Amino acid sequence: MELSQSTGGKTMTVKSKASRKKTGDRWFPYLLIAPTVLLIAGLLVFPIFRVFDLSVQSYDFTRLQKAGYIGLENFRNIFTQDDMFYSSLWITVKWVLIEVVLQLVFGLVVALLLNQAFKLRGLVRSLVLVPWAVSGVLTTMLWSLMFNQHIGIINDILMKLGVISEPVAWLANIHTVFGSVIVAELWRGIPFFAITLLAALQTIPHEVYESCEVDGAGSVKKLFFITLPFLKESIVFATLLRAIWEFNSIDMIFTMTNGGPMDMTTTLPIYMMKTSILEGNYGYGSAIGVVTFAFLMIFVVLYLRLNRSGGMQDE
Amino acid sequence: MNSKRQRKLGSKLLFYIPLALTLVFVLVPFLWAISTSLKREGDVLSGTVRYIPSPATFENFIHVWNDNNFSQYFMNSVFVSVLSVVAITVLSVLNGYAMSRFKFKGKGAFMLVLLATQMMPVILFVIPLFLIFKNLGMINTPYALILFYIVLQVPFNTILMRGFISSTPKEIDEAAMVDGAGRFRIIFAIIMPVVLPGIVATSAFAFIGVWNEFLVAFSFITTPDRFTIPIGLKFMVGEFSVQYASLAAGSIIGLIPPVLLFMFIQRYLVEGLGGAVKG
Repeated sequence: MELSQSTGGKTMTVKSKASRKKTGDRWFPYLLIAPTVLLIAGLLVFPIFRVFDLSVQSYDFTRLQKAGYIGLENFRNIFTQDDMFYSSLWITVKWVLIEVVLQLVFGLVVALLLNQAFKLRGLVRSLVLVPWAVSGVLTTMLWSLMFNQHIGIINDILMKLGVISEPVAWLANIHTVFGSVIVAELWRGIPFFAITLLAALQTIPHEVYESCEVDGAGSVKKLFFITLPFLKESIVFATLLRAIWEFNSIDMIFTMTNGGPMDMTTTLPIYMMKTSILEGNYGYGSAIGVVTFAFLMIFVVLYLRLNRSGGMQDE
Repeated sequence: MNSKRQRKLGSKLLFYIPLALTLVFVLVPFLWAISTSLKREGDVLSGTVRYIPSPATFENFIHVWNDNNFSQYFMNSVFVSVLSVVAITVLSVLNGYAMSRFKFKGKGAFMLVLLATQMMPVILFVIPLFLIFKNLGMINTPYALILFYIVLQVPFNTILMRGFISSTPKEIDEAAMVDGAGRFRIIFAIIMPVVLPGIVATSAFAFIGVWNEFLVAFSFITTPDRFTIPIGLKFMVGEFSVQYASLAAGSIIGLIPPVLLFMFIQRYLVEGLGGAVKG
């Protein structure tokens, strides 16, 4: 708009009707986003400040007589005498790394498979991707029925194959619980990658492949020299976004194992939830939240960096 | 000649074997839940694992629906999901329109905030909101859930919706404006019908998210008459003796709406994401 002013009087008079519309349009976008901005301010931004505020307080529902500001004591306790914090941080890191790498690899394979032309592709696609719609608790239910020591199909098959000689309580055994939860999470995580990458695959123009075929390239060459470079951006975005989501995910692990046995599956968000919501220690829980927040900021900064150069901004 | 045929067979196997394995991995949990849900409770724990229920029975579904209050949970989930999704859809269309049609100060910052909200752990918001809603007397009401679900889902849906609206030509708006249509009329009567597939996809996306949500509902809802399906299921597991067949039946009831919706929107979703990624 500043630009049209500087171009001189003649264009001004020609465009006067349009620019009057434009002046009305100046506040219009704000009107459109106003409800969302208010909701975000009230329900997300303000609470974040409240978390920071709570994190420097002693605010424990079981010991309210001791409530009050205590400075950085919560943080000192977290870093110096809280083994649970370090163990849950380590479990979170393991969880995120394993999940994201495996989901990416299998998701890419599935996306490539589903991008081929074959009979009943539409139906197969719907079936293979459907766990994406089944999140959290329902995934837990399905897999708990499979892992169950007495009624589960996994024990039955493994015993018939002679892999194990007696039923394993997959979710109650400290050696198997982490792996079991990993597998269940893969089940609903692979489709996420597959959908995202399949979407990206469909935007690759056919001509690129055709010209490559003329040059006599085989399918392996095509994968590494065309497909993967084309997918690079989507892969980076999906991986980072998924890493953040896996870092934050609570519902499935919590409903599947309650964080147990022996806290073998207690991740940071679960530790935070147990401390605050279940035990009522809001001050300490918030302090863990602030520390988690700091870790996540690393991811967020990375994501936004990539996003700025990644063409998500329009015009 | 022979080696060529062998190679062809080899590449076919290289395609169909992984595909078959994927299908097995994906489908077995569903099939096992269905099989379990159709068995009599006594047959489930009989000691030998049976793959095909015999006799097959629907009594678990009836039992869980009536005696385990699933009809109540289902209605609560429907109420919360429908109200949230309507609001999410309207807000995302408004935001998406603002983002795709206007340049305005703070647009970049707004986008940043939207993206940032997707990266915060929800539990971080749940802690203070629990205290705030408690003071407002909103704990244990569906409205606390609905408000929070809206704000959690609008950002991602806005980003998707912006992609859909950006892909419609601006000339439509201009032509309508010449005909004297106001901006709101343009949004609701002209743009919305054009991007209807996108709207269907994003609202279904939002519905699936809201329907499945666990943590917020678990934290904000305190009495069983207000439970949504995920919470109802969680507490069913917590009961001392688990009725597996009923649990399976309850899970399947919970699965039906999102799975059906997904089957319906899957094609749009893949196309829409492709469009949204390209911007």
